[in-house]
Amino acid sequence: MTRYSTILTAVLFLGSLLPLGKSEAAETVVPSQVTMINEMIEQGWRDFEIRPAPEVDDSSWCRRVFLDVIGRVPSQSELSEFLAAKGKDKRAALIDTLLYDDKYTEEYASHWSTVWTNILIGQSGGNARDSMISRAGMKKYLRDSFARNKPYDRIVFDLVTATGSTKPGTDNFNGAVNFLIDKVNEEKGVLATSSTSRIFLGQQVQCTQCHNHPFNQWKQQMFWEFNSFFRQTRSLRRFVDGTRDIDHAELIDEDFAGEANDPEDALVFYELRNGLTRVAYPVFTDGTAIGVSGFVSDIKRRSELGRMMLASENMDKMGVNRMWSLFLGFGFTKPVDDLGPHNPSSHPELLAKLSAEFRKNSYDLKQLITWITLSRPYNLAPVLGSNNEIDDPSIGEMPKFSRFYLRQMSAEQLYQSLVTATDATSQGSYEEQERQRNRWLQQFVVAFGTDEGDEATTFNGSIPQALMLFNGDLTKKAISTSGGSFIDRLSKTGKSPRDRVNELFLAGLARRPSRNEMTIASKLLIARKGKEKEMLQDMWWAILNSNEFIMQH
Amino acid sequence: MFNNWQTPNGMSRRHFMQHLAGSSAVATASMTMGGAIKANADEMRKNGKSAILLWMGGGPATIDIWDLKPGAPTGGPFKPISTTGDLQICEHMPMVAQQMKHLSVVRSMSTREADHNRGRYYMHTGYVPNPNIEHPSYGSVIAHEVMDQRPNLEIPPFVSVGGASAGPGFLGMAWSPFSVTSNGQIRNLKMDLEDNRLLQRMAALDTIETGFSKRTRDLPASEHAKVLKKTFDLMTSDQMEAFRVEKEPEEVKERYGTDRFGQGCLLARRLVEAGVPFVEVDLGGWDNHGGIHALFKDTKLPQLDRAMSALVEDLNQRELLKDTVVIWMGEFGRTPRINQNAGRDHWARSWSCVVGGGDINGGLAVGETSSDGTAVESEPFSSEDLMTTVCKGLGISTEKTFTSKNGRPMKIAGGGKIISELVA
Repeated sequence: MTRYSTILTAVLFLGSLLPLGKSEAAETVVPSQVTMINEMIEQGWRDFEIRPAPEVDDSSWCRRVFLDVIGRVPSQSELSEFLAAKGKDKRAALIDTLLYDDKYTEEYASHWSTVWTNILIGQSGGNARDSMISRAGMKKYLRDSFARNKPYDRIVFDLVTATGSTKPGTDNFNGAVNFLIDKVNEEKGVLATSSTSRIFLGQQVQCTQCHNHPFNQWKQQMFWEFNSFFRQTRSLRRFVDGTRDIDHAELIDEDFAGEANDPEDALVFYELRNGLTRVAYPVFTDGTAIGVSGFVSDIKRRSELGRMMLASENMDKMGVNRMWSLFLGFGFTKPVDDLGPHNPSSHPELLAKLSAEFRKNSYDLKQLITWITLSRPYNLAPVLGSNNEIDDPSIGEMPKFSRFYLRQMSAEQLYQSLVTATDATSQGSYEEQERQRNRWLQQFVVAFGTDEGDEATTFNGSIPQALMLFNGDLTKKAISTSGGSFIDRLSKTGKSPRDRVNELFLAGLARRPSRNEMTIASKLLIARKGKEKEMLQDMWWAILNSNEFIMQH
Repeated sequence: MFNNWQTPNGMSRRHFMQHLAGSSAVATASMTMGGAIKANADEMRKNGKSAILLWMGGGPATIDIWDLKPGAPTGGPFKPISTTGDLQICEHMPMVAQQMKHLSVVRSMSTREADHNRGRYYMHTGYVPNPNIEHPSYGSVIAHEVMDQRPNLEIPPFVSVGGASAGPGFLGMAWSPFSVTSNGQIRNLKMDLEDNRLLQRMAALDTIETGFSKRTRDLPASEHAKVLKKTFDLMTSDQMEAFRVEKEPEEVKERYGTDRFGQGCLLARRLVEAGVPFVEVDLGGWDNHGGIHALFKDTKLPQLDRAMSALVEDLNQRELLKDTVVIWMGEFGRTPRINQNAGRDHWARSWSCVVGGGDINGGLAVGETSSDGTAVESEPFSSEDLMTTVCKGLGISTEKTFTSKNGRPMKIAGGGKIISELVA
């Protein structure tokens, strides 16, 4: 009887959590891809004679999956709803909800748009006044794509082949052009070449521009052959009337006469180290050549490139490796975007098989996310123990994925999490909120002063970050005690200070306080001469500044 | 630790913070600084060694600045001028020329990394990038090595002005560069809270940290405690005055140049005076694939000339130069051949760095390149060699070995050789 009613509750609950028609899926067996991941990862543990960390508890896992899938921590009600759910499929059900329930579509799309914007145009692309990039345009294209769950291969094709205008609201707007808009005009499109091959094919070719790479199969010839695909492409600046301020830019394909000024035979020259000159035509990395004409009416070089990239196994692997690293903290290779034969992979067979599955399932990103988040390595506790001591990629060991690796949240995740944890009502239009968020994010970006726009972040656990969390405006707002604030509202709930401290910990850390933590809260209450709101403020400040809050764990 | 729960401010702060750092789960030996009280802190500070790195992001064309080839097809339009040292430099650096008796040019730098990221990493660490290990940058290493000469330093020992520098690698986040803008303004510095309450918040934070660190047993958790301590120190320290470059007289600011690099160099001087062991000042924009000579003549070199000469002159006048090594370098040089856009491209095979101060001899040209600048014709020197020499010039043992987190021993500055002419 008891058993029956438990099952009944679980079924009812899952039913209510999921859109109609999906409830069956939650009851079905684990996807075969998940079994495959588990078997291969477990084989690695046996080979190295290590034992994995135990399974992570429900509340930590809930926080983890919210952060990774939609880019923020769960609210108190979302957390308690998940904790109250019963049944062994409840984790699968939550993943389903985050991926497919309409109420999360916007956050899902926004999170992944942020992740990919940073990959494609950096953390500062489009922020300079004279930049041709429209950051808003890049984000809009990506947001729309992720909201519709556009297959990964289509996104890659769009980004590589797009033409049109950068800025939303202009004629001929196509946000995808923002990836290449500032990479084709200067230096013969060298940046377009190296970025496209690195980001989508995992091939690091930037050095081969000038010479054959000593331990990379890429040769200088291949660089300029790959580069030739981008040579029909130009960026045109469109100015604000009567000024020299850039309003937006347009990416176009036009006839390319080649460097010998013969569009029928549109070649490019490059110079060897010894001063000799060679020629190159568009040839893909696998040796497939296309026609040599530079006329757009004969051949659209970028479209040809896009088609060949889609046929390339490297594209599948790069997509999977990147997604895996975003969830597990480390990819199968380090760096994640170098898949060359000189760079060994921790689980080459798993990477190959998972990539093949990704292709077989039409590059469905949501399915890939489901496989990864349901897999055993993603469900482990973040504990380094005596049984898996050697599994420490931070000291250069190949990852064995026998525990969940601690990593810092991204600046964007922290921002969204603070908004969620303090239940801050959004103010202003979407654009205004974006502007505020962007301004906040920019304080962490440091440029390196090269033509390639290299940059670093101080959001890396260093002092500037600690100062921001100690004293920054965002923290001030989050810990405010004024009327209507999070602390103010919290102070009016529950029966006792103890209840309210409990709530505070659930909101920030997805767990209840320990005895020590409760003790210090009561000491704070005395130190604050019984002013409870001030005590809550102090505790909340400590929670938000703790590693446990700013880490994904 | 709660014995000091209600104790007043003042001396308790430092004491308290030691508890805080010590109680975090994986207490490490490196947390002992500030422990021993030295007899005369001011005296120690005066004798403490520092280094200033002027970092030329993008890879400057040293053939147009320090190793001119007048008349050669690769030479460009600039003429050499005599200096107070035993060498000639570019005519557009007349004020630095007056300081060259303190500075030497290593003209036989020969390296292999001509990609920005790889070159920046290599010139900052002495190692080529390796996906399996993060090497500490020279700034972190030098700060780490001379910190025991600075028992009372409360501000970060490695400051990066107007740029990002390079990270602390396996030395840990506590040795990472503290990045500030060239006007010395630091965001989010003030909390506007009475000290006691701040301490109590820190205690609550420490309780949460300790629990997390014990549960996960992973390193990032214990690293965080050190960063928190440094952050707290900095917020409550009078030494932060050093960052207030705006307090300098107008004429001093003018001498350095009111641009960002000029103010950055002025800030570097103030920080070294306050006892900061390593300061990096960034001047980007040297990635000149086109139109290089007009830009050099009108913009880049006058800016560099003003700031660099003022810095060396001031350090010397204040008797700080004998304890402060100044280094000028970028990630690589640029091609002797001038390209079709009147620019120069990346080139690592033969180029120059500048170094002086500390125990390093000034006024010399070390090594030489061929008549067109395309090859080194004397003993070639590497990033490791240059930094080993800098360590020597700072009195840091070049035999020092670090152990990376995976137990691999690593010699300081990559185990380079000493450039003997510079420290003989």
